[in-house]
Amino acid sequence: MICGRANEADWQEIRSAPFMLQMIAPRRLISLQGVGKTYKNGATALAGVDLEVRDGEFLTLLGPSGCGKSTILRLIAGLDSPSTGVLTRSFDDVGAALGFVFQEPTLMPWASVFDNVYLPLRLRGLSRQSAGPAIMEALGLVGLAASAKAFPRELSGGMRMRASIARALVLRPLLLLMDEPFAALDEIARFRLNDDLLRLQGAAGATIVFVTHSVYESAYLSTRILVMAGGPGRIVAEIASEDRSPRDENFRSSPAYARICAKASQALQDAMQGDY
Amino acid sequence: MRPMRWVQEYGPPGLVFAALLAGWEVFVRLADLPPYILPSPALVLETLVTDRATLFPALLTTLKITLGALAAAVLGGGGLAILFSQWKWIERSFLPVAIVLQVTPIVAIAPLLLIYLEPSSAVLVCAFLVAFFPILSNTALGLASTDRNLVDLFQLYRASRWRTLLLLRLPAALPYFLGGLRIGGGLALIGAIVAELAAGAAGQGAGLAFRILEAGYRLNIPRMFAALTLLSLTGIAIFAVLSVLSAYLLGRWHESAMSAER
Repeated sequence: MICGRANEADWQEIRSAPFMLQMIAPRRLISLQGVGKTYKNGATALAGVDLEVRDGEFLTLLGPSGCGKSTILRLIAGLDSPSTGVLTRSFDDVGAALGFVFQEPTLMPWASVFDNVYLPLRLRGLSRQSAGPAIMEALGLVGLAASAKAFPRELSGGMRMRASIARALVLRPLLLLMDEPFAALDEIARFRLNDDLLRLQGAAGATIVFVTHSVYESAYLSTRILVMAGGPGRIVAEIASEDRSPRDENFRSSPAYARICAKASQALQDAMQGDY
Repeated sequence: MRPMRWVQEYGPPGLVFAALLAGWEVFVRLADLPPYILPSPALVLETLVTDRATLFPALLTTLKITLGALAAAVLGGGGLAILFSQWKWIERSFLPVAIVLQVTPIVAIAPLLLIYLEPSSAVLVCAFLVAFFPILSNTALGLASTDRNLVDLFQLYRASRWRTLLLLRLPAALPYFLGGLRIGGGLALIGAIVAELAAGAAGQGAGLAFRILEAGYRLNIPRMFAALTLLSLTGIAIFAVLSVLSAYLLGRWHESAMSAER
């Protein structure tokens, strides 16, 4: 916990909301029932999606490009609304309870790393000074404390993504939504960020919904994988990772990991078969 | 190492410029051209000094009009662009008018303006009109090209439209605005000059363009060149100031302000 100085009261109000919810929340944070999404141009992105996000899990949506994975994240975040079906959240204040990480780091190029991470707090009315400790804590979590004053273009791709994650974490969200965040990174950076992300999840106690088209990434990270198929987007398989061993380099070469990869690959292949 | 770099950077263009002037001077002397055909650079410089009582007040007049018009264009163009970005129906209603005015060579309306306005106001309005549109269209483009994901992020955090404009759209549009400003700065000077030429106004408030006309009627060719030199220096100064401003504002974050070595 951070010990704020001046505006401890503000802090408590803002930060306790998700924590309180966490204590009294049902095990289901998000639930989608028969959700479909048709855009104005007539394209159907999703049809009949049933899905729930459970407290504390690492849920991955795995599927080919254009199968509606990102649409599900946008619906959960309230950036779009479903055309059919029902979406319920266990919380009201979406801005406080959710963190969103895009495929691109999506940082404001004119602002320092510090000010980029300050953004969610700023939009909630906190002064730069009283937000300072929380910002530095979030930057510390992603290993960027030393780069607080740097500008985005002075950072590597991996560091920019870390800054983006710090911004998503700074409000201590209940639920972190990540839309193929590491797709643009090289494999070495991706592996490191995968490990860091799991460590962060442990430290921040957040639930994560993660979108990827990498079977290996999904197998490494997830407690549960939902395999999706396109045209229109739907969920075709669910793979629960029964293995609870620590996720590290050893896990990457373990039989359990190979089993999940095989299952996910097979499900993905079955899903794609219908499309061709 | 440092002075070496400086020489490498500014040496070649400086040499070319000096060579041009020297060639001009030598040509005039060798061909024995009279000053009313082509004055030498030395004579132009001399005229600048001897005629300063006429030329510098004229420079001040032209400069005042140009900067006033540019300031009005920044307020008008930038303000209208913000209105466009906030209310689409305003953009839809005004954009055709803006485009018609933009594709019409505005300087051609200078004689018309002179019918309706005092010469000094006509010059100001003409300079304003030509500087206005590049600033409007560039700023509008910048405001419209804000990163979609960042807009989504602001929406996720329930930012008001006002805060989204202030914290996101305006900074994102800044490089575009500064590009428009640099174009507008050059055009404001052109607009002022064209209108002055069309007005042909004499007397106390006469600008540099009128001094050029007047000197031409009197076959005072060295003074024409001197006035032209001042105009050229004014254009350079406006461009330099706006470039420095741009580098200062965008310094650490925008591609356009970065040196190529990085």
